[in-house]
Amino acid sequence: MERCDVLVLGAGPGGLAAAAAAKKAGAERAVLIDRDVRAGGILNQCIHDGFGLIRYGASISGPEYAAKALAEAEAAGVTLRLGLQAVSMTAQRTLLAQGKDGLVEFQAGSIVLATGCRERTRGAISVPGSRPAGIFTAGVLQNFVNVRNILCGKRVVILGSGDIGLIMARRLTLEGAHVEAVLEVMKEPGGLARNISQCLYDFGIPLYTSHTVSNIIGKRKLEAVEVSPVDDAMRPIPGRAWTVPCDALVLSVGLIPENEVALTAGVAVDEKGRGALTDEYLMTNLPGVFACGNCRKVMDLADYVSNQGTLAGENAAHFVQGEPLRTWNDRESSGMVKGLPAPGSVTCPICPNGCQIVIDPETGAVSGNRCPRGLSFAEQERIRPMRTLTTTLRVEGGPVPLVSVRSDRAIPRDDLQEAARRLKACCVRPPIRLGDCLAELEAGGVTVRMLAGEDVL
Amino acid sequence: MKDVIIIGAGAVGCTIARELAFTRLDMLVLEKECDVAAGTTGRNSAVVHAGFNNRPGSLMARLCVEGSRGMEALCRELDVPYRKTGKALVAFDEEDMEILRKLKAQGEANGTRGLRLIGKEELERMVPGVGGIGGFYSPETAILDPFKYCIAMAENAAENGAEFRFEEEVTGIRREDGGFTVTTGKGEYRCRVLINSAGLYADKVSAMAGVNDYHIYPCRGEYFILDEVAEELLQMPVYPALKAGIGGLGVHLTPTVHGNIIVGPSAEYIDEADDYACTPPVMDKLWQEAQALLPTLKRRYVIGNYSGIRAKLAPENEGGYRDFVIREEEDCPGLINLVGIESPGLTASRPIALMVREMVGQRLPLVKKENAVRTHRFPPVFAKLAREEQERLIREDPEYGEIVCRCRRVTKAEIRQAIENPLGARSLSAVKYRAWATTGRCNGGYCLNRIVDMLVREYGMRPEEVTLRGPGSEMFSGEVK
Ligand SMILES: Cc1cc2nc3c(=O)[nH]c(=O)nc-3n(C[C@H](O)[C@H](O)[C@H](O)COP(=O)(O)OP(=O)(O)OC[C@H]3O[C@@H](n4cnc5c(N)ncnc54)[C@H](O)[C@@H]3O)c2cc1C
Ligand SMILES: Cc1cc2nc3c(=O)[nH]c(=O)nc-3n(C[C@H](O)[C@H](O)[C@H](O)COP(=O)(O)OP(=O)(O)OC[C@H]3O[C@@H](n4cnc5c(N)ncnc54)[C@H](O)[C@@H]3O)c2cc1C
Ligand code: SF4
Repeated sequence: MERCDVLVLGAGPGGLAAAAAAKKAGAERAVLIDRDVRAGGILNQCIHDGFGLIRYGASISGPEYAAKALAEAEAAGVTLRLGLQAVSMTAQRTLLAQGKDGLVEFQAGSIVLATGCRERTRGAISVPGSRPAGIFTAGVLQNFVNVRNILCGKRVVILGSGDIGLIMARRLTLEGAHVEAVLEVMKEPGGLARNISQCLYDFGIPLYTSHTVSNIIGKRKLEAVEVSPVDDAMRPIPGRAWTVPCDALVLSVGLIPENEVALTAGVAVDEKGRGALTDEYLMTNLPGVFACGNCRKVMDLADYVSNQGTLAGENAAHFVQGEPLRTWNDRESSGMVKGLPAPGSVTCPICPNGCQIVIDPETGAVSGNRCPRGLSFAEQERIRPMRTLTTTLRVEGGPVPLVSVRSDRAIPRDDLQEAARRLKACCVRPPIRLGDCLAELEAGGVTVRMLAGEDVL
Repeated sequence: MKDVIIIGAGAVGCTIARELAFTRLDMLVLEKECDVAAGTTGRNSAVVHAGFNNRPGSLMARLCVEGSRGMEALCRELDVPYRKTGKALVAFDEEDMEILRKLKAQGEANGTRGLRLIGKEELERMVPGVGGIGGFYSPETAILDPFKYCIAMAENAAENGAEFRFEEEVTGIRREDGGFTVTTGKGEYRCRVLINSAGLYADKVSAMAGVNDYHIYPCRGEYFILDEVAEELLQMPVYPALKAGIGGLGVHLTPTVHGNIIVGPSAEYIDEADDYACTPPVMDKLWQEAQALLPTLKRRYVIGNYSGIRAKLAPENEGGYRDFVIREEEDCPGLINLVGIESPGLTASRPIALMVREMVGQRLPLVKKENAVRTHRFPPVFAKLAREEQERLIREDPEYGEIVCRCRRVTKAEIRQAIENPLGARSLSAVKYRAWATTGRCNGGYCLNRIVDMLVREYGMRPEEVTLRGPGSEMFSGEVK
């Protein structure tokens, strides 16, 4: 039996922040466990930028964000235990985990749940048709493409306009696949305006709202999907379907909080959303058991998750010490603009406000920006849109097949695909350290440096 | 020249192979898919029927009762998950009650044991929340794991010398003096006795040998798979009392040996014997009927769908069942045909195999093989072991410590054993059915990547070689870069 003051379950941004905060708040021993052998949670496969706008005042990639969060936890003196999968826990705050060294039992003064979420699947939404190879959820595919160097197919249809699906539309395009369409059964897309603008509009990928996949065709291997508009009850309208040949169907149809372990102890979860229910101190129905991040409620931005983790970790430490707890306000995590960008507007990506900025073509008058940075972005957008390029490079002779990279400056949007294509030929060898310049390329008349987003040793 | 060739490695073909492998006969099994249990055997309700559904005097009735009686011991011998749950049928009105009374009489005539009519209270105790005015209880009905059943049969047969060849679809059969020449996409094989257990294609295979007497009408049944809520909601299969006519047993709810619930099947005659689609009107209807049977079911329990296809000899306008055809063809000596082996074919597979064994014995000497092995063992299922056992396994092999499939708590060691299975089947389904990974509520969201990674990095497969169910079902187009 291992004892600790605060035990944090899950080393994504929520758990890393919680463990660091618990330690800073005076917990003697704060243990952070994760089943993966690498800390960072889902961030490690999110190689695109847009993370860190709130916490670090810069737009960095998921792996870079994870590295920062990990460094903070390590600096705070958190005990990291990786490769340990929690299997069950009790209301008395014992927890059973399993790893290569055997089964480990913990007794904690308080526990913070930060187990993230999983994706809703085809099974859960009962997409009709056959069951061939070639159907993936967006997160699974993201992992294949960004981490394991495996590509699903060349002609892709995406069902659901969740953020991961939108992000994957861009990723697959940059990797040379053709995204035929993104379909959304609701009237409004589910993802952030920023992602619709930068992942679909930038590449001319059509978005069909009020449409769905009404049939999957192909007995062994996916051959095509049948696309139908839907009525108000979200049922396909008969006689209006058309067929889109494709070899991959990607589902981005929602995330479900992951609370398997919590449930074994009797943590109450929301009947519909499946998130762990907490009070204003982020404490669940079990005294001393807290929850933060996506296992509590799926959030749009990792930064918000970290903020929430920080509070949960601090409260967990204070719970053990018998100190008063602080309260969380859910409004602190809902600033982002969702759905279709306002017509004729550009979505400012500089900060999480995501202002919808409109420039009057006649008068040149700018409106909708809440600060001057948005003004210069919008002006640039009119002349020549500029984007950060994020992609991966092939690693030769390393423990992993790919390393994530981000351009150190924005390049012309219209050069993104060509730049990504040229980088495909590039191959690097370990040791690689976060921030190393791994490749240079000419774009928009300047030399752009591609910086490693993570260590590969 | 082989003594025997068996066409089709479903439950029937594999069980026959196992029985014959106890003799010195030289035997080959040809299967068009990349693994066993790829046809109807992997797509059914997995119920060990007690034998009251079938017409007295029919082969179906006799073989089902025999199969049901022997199944527990057989599953123990082969290390196949089996649970005698009993089964309840629900009557919603007096007409239903009358149907159940007749069913009881029929079951008793067939030799099914322990059948009794039950009142409302007892029914409610057995299946809480079910409603109805009363019902019928069959204590002998059980559930099993059909994949492991079929795999165990095949592995045991292989251990005793039966040869299995996959991805070999039989496309032609020539009759020759004293035997047959069987052509597949890959080669030609000769044998003395030919056993046709090709399931949905048994009519076509028979015709290849010149016996054109059969026509199979594929009849699809769709299912929902629910999460692991059986322990909480459903201890035994529940069926409605079936009003006459349709060739199925009605939409029923069945717990699985893994703790899930399956809902289905529908019954719909279709054109193609491999059209496993799930269709919205049927799915909607299924769900309504299931909820009428058990109102506690919630839509959010659904984690998947599948469908299975019945190999019916009765055309749609006839309805109901025709009996199993199990016979050596007079017009084609040496050809043993198994046609129309629909439900309860799984339950009856062993008695079917024993019948076929007798028929083979009419042609070839059945000499007992010395030191043939009767028992079969699967690698341990980590999640089911006591804690001390788990700790011991991890000490011996740290890969038991690493969980690959989190929904089912399947460890890396188990995935490895599944990949390295004795039959040499190498697809994601092969791993799925052996280790039961990717089958949980996340549908492989967590483990799929890890399994593929093992295949690519530890077993040297290229991504484009990884298939879902053998050639033609490639999952990936290749490397990204
Ligand atoms: C596929 C995907 C893509 C996303 N893309 C973006 C994006 O582009 N931008 C963005 O801002 N947000 C994105 N999100 C949302 C993102 O998940 C959150 O912003 C943030 O990463 C959630 O942090 P978390 O700490 O709650 O969970 P996670 O980052 O998911 O971390 C949970 C951790 O818990 C561990 N864990 C779970 N169960 C156990 C157990 N039983 N035992 C041990 N360890 C366990 C997991 O291994 C994981 O490391 C994405 C989410 C998903 C699922
Ligand atoms: C919806 C449904 C529910 C059922 N529920 C139950 C139940 O609860 N209990 C029960 O006892 N029974 C049940 N059954 C019946 C049971 O599943 C079948 O009777 C049994 O699986 C039949 O096994 P088989 O080996 O004959 O056929 P299959 O499993 O179909 O095997 C035939 C094999 O032959 C192969 N094959 C075909 N053509 C060729 C060729 N030309 N060359 C090489 N190989 C070929 C196929 O690929 C296949 O693998 C159900 C059936 C259905 C459809
Ligand atoms: S305009 Fe200013 S406030 Fe609005 S999103 Fe851009 S940076 Fe943020």
